[in-house]
Amino acid sequence: MTDKFIGIDFPTWWFLVVGGLFSGYAILDGFDFGAGAWHLFFKKEQSRRLALNAVGPVWDGNEVWLVIGGGALFAGFPVLYATLFSAMYIPFILFLVFLIFRAVAIEFRGKEEMLWWRKMWDICYSVSSIMLAFLLGVVLGNVLQGLAIGDDYLYQGAGFFEFLNPYAIMVGVTTLSLFMMHGAIYLLIKTEGKLFDKLEGLLKKAMIFFMISFTITSLYTLLYIPHLSDDFKAEPLLFIFPLLTFLSIANVPRLASKKRYKWAFFFSALSIGFMLALVAIELYPTLLLSTVSEQYNIDIYNAAASTKSLKIMMIIVAIGAPLVASYTYFVYKTFSGKVVIDDASY
Amino acid sequence: METEILARIQFAFTIAFHYIYPPLSIGLGLLMVIFEGLYIQTKNQLYHTLCRFWTKIFALTFGIGVVTGIVMEFEFGTNWAVYSRYVGDVFGSALAAEGIFAFALESGFLGILLFGWNRVKPWVHFVSTVGVFLGSMFSAVWIVVANSWQQTPAGFHIVGEGMQARAEITDFWAMVFNPSSVDRLTHVWIGAFLSGAFLVLSVHAYYLVKGRYIEISQKAFKIALLVATVFSLSQLLTGHHSADGVAKNQPAKLAALEGHYPANEKADMYLFGWVDQKNETVSGLKIPGGLSFLIHQDFDKPVVGLNAFKKEDRPGQVNAVFQFYHLMVSIGMLLIGMTLLASFYWWRGKLFDQRWLLMLFVPSVILPQIANQVGWFAAEMGRQPWVVYGLLRTSQAFSQAVSANQILFSLILFFLVYALLLFLFLYLLNKKIKHGPYDESEEEDRPMTKDISDAITG
Repeated sequence: MTDKFIGIDFPTWWFLVVGGLFSGYAILDGFDFGAGAWHLFFKKEQSRRLALNAVGPVWDGNEVWLVIGGGALFAGFPVLYATLFSAMYIPFILFLVFLIFRAVAIEFRGKEEMLWWRKMWDICYSVSSIMLAFLLGVVLGNVLQGLAIGDDYLYQGAGFFEFLNPYAIMVGVTTLSLFMMHGAIYLLIKTEGKLFDKLEGLLKKAMIFFMISFTITSLYTLLYIPHLSDDFKAEPLLFIFPLLTFLSIANVPRLASKKRYKWAFFFSALSIGFMLALVAIELYPTLLLSTVSEQYNIDIYNAAASTKSLKIMMIIVAIGAPLVASYTYFVYKTFSGKVVIDDASY
Repeated sequence: METEILARIQFAFTIAFHYIYPPLSIGLGLLMVIFEGLYIQTKNQLYHTLCRFWTKIFALTFGIGVVTGIVMEFEFGTNWAVYSRYVGDVFGSALAAEGIFAFALESGFLGILLFGWNRVKPWVHFVSTVGVFLGSMFSAVWIVVANSWQQTPAGFHIVGEGMQARAEITDFWAMVFNPSSVDRLTHVWIGAFLSGAFLVLSVHAYYLVKGRYIEISQKAFKIALLVATVFSLSQLLTGHHSADGVAKNQPAKLAALEGHYPANEKADMYLFGWVDQKNETVSGLKIPGGLSFLIHQDFDKPVVGLNAFKKEDRPGQVNAVFQFYHLMVSIGMLLIGMTLLASFYWWRGKLFDQRWLLMLFVPSVILPQIANQVGWFAAEMGRQPWVVYGLLRTSQAFSQAVSANQILFSLILFFLVYALLLFLFLYLLNKKIKHGPYDESEEEDRPMTKDISDAITG
């Protein structure tokens, strides 16, 4: 791996690209999963409609990041893609099923006036949003712990529910709480009146929920999964990242208490980015730790596509990313401000 | 073995279901661009109404297309891990390009297309409609490129051995323009245009037969008929090119399409027939030497047959491939017949007097759908036993970490969810069609009296 670009080799570049895409995905779909998780807390039809339409024009644009992130992982680290997805078969299938249910609920809820129809889709929408956030965390928890990978990158675990271990559940709940906080802030930006007042109360609960689950998960990680803090112990300078993460998280309640929700949203987004950066620093250059033996670890080098392929994809990203960024900006600008229900709404 | 079969059933089921929707989105996209373009040009409110109406139906097909499409992407990793490792280096860049150039374009502009009618200027909205349509066209480019690479691999070399072997890209453009991609892409695009055009034809024929929304439906029917006529005819051309390519690049598949067994003899073309795989014979109505003529422009020239290949290198389901292929071709001919006949009456100015013809067009929406599906069945089953032609066998490509039980679980889950999706899709489609092209807010300007008087006077 002598081929480098600005002193960084191509697999590392692609690691950064994938990391950036996943962070973008978590920040964007994070707020709409979070908003969905709160859905059943709103009792009035009008509130539910407003909340749904706050994510209405953007949710499927947000899911594009999943498609691109998945594609980038497949393209850049095919070995990881193959091993991780087949090892985490059940959680990924459940993730897909809930993703479908959620999309269906958003699309179909408003199509009939009947109370039972709307109630049914409200439940569907909210439960799937909760499960999606939780499952993302569960997969992350499994990646952080490492998987039973053996010869030929083959996952040797068995059992239907192996993915549902205590640590994975912990990370899942933390992810859910983080997204609920993030989503509540997003809804505060997009709504007004009674719903807005209600959300202010809900946000306080969300922040407490997040602080508790984040603290427990962090402590458990430090105590029982020591390999996840090796890099920081070896390179004290890196401690700046946990510090920044902490400051960024602490800023959220501070700004929320001052009702500066746009800034609070910025910092909750930044916190998600920082938390994933912590994960990335810890893992790098490993992508997936083998619990069988170190020699079976999947890292960015043995998992990477050829340098030629990575170069082509860097060019594709260099051309495509500014395009995507510019029209994403345009779409958000078109729909900025408080939600207005019109005849094209859900 | 059981795992392989289940993985194949799941993939076939999920991809076939997925493929109901993207062609409709591409085809409706084309018609929406035409309608809205005409609106911008003529300022005729009818076109605006048409565009809004079809946008709502487009939103349905697009939404289901997206979610069932994400399933496909994930399934490469979950169910076909060995395949993913093998092709990732080559296939991956096409998929990445699809995501970033096509899908992001589509989904980005979709918000404005659906919700932006009152928020942006008409021309900005038109640009968004075009953006969504182009996005869906580009999507097809990269997906068909990737699939064509599996049919006719190019621009790569093999590195490593055994389970570690994989294809690495050597020439991006040779991969993109592999021998079959252009022919297959045009074939797929046109198939998509036809499925959209026939949905529009069907719905407006229904209104015309029922005597509702006469003026707007006549306009829409004529535009869709023009699109359908042009493309059902040109589909013949791209189909022929594709077949030529198959003859050159995948001779075993070509032989299976016509059930041609003899290793090197002149080959017949069947209008319909039945392949007896045991005795390696075909019975049916045939044009002797027809396939020879199609490929070599000579009725007596020999064509390579299935017996030229080892048993383990031939498609396992020759009769199925034969039937699917012939069904596709027959439907193609039927579409040409229907559109030419309707165009003839249009030319004579008597199109809308032919109630029987309009009634034929009402159920016609199903035809391009079937043709698209069985065309892909023939293409994919004809490629067997290979997942990457000549390089990687399907029987080696599935995920070994996944047990048969897990796939059975997911298969049942997908079956239930997709049955629900299909039901909801049809229910809502039906509801939108019954509701008609006019919004409640537009109800007052609706040319009701004219509709009725038109219906009475015919």
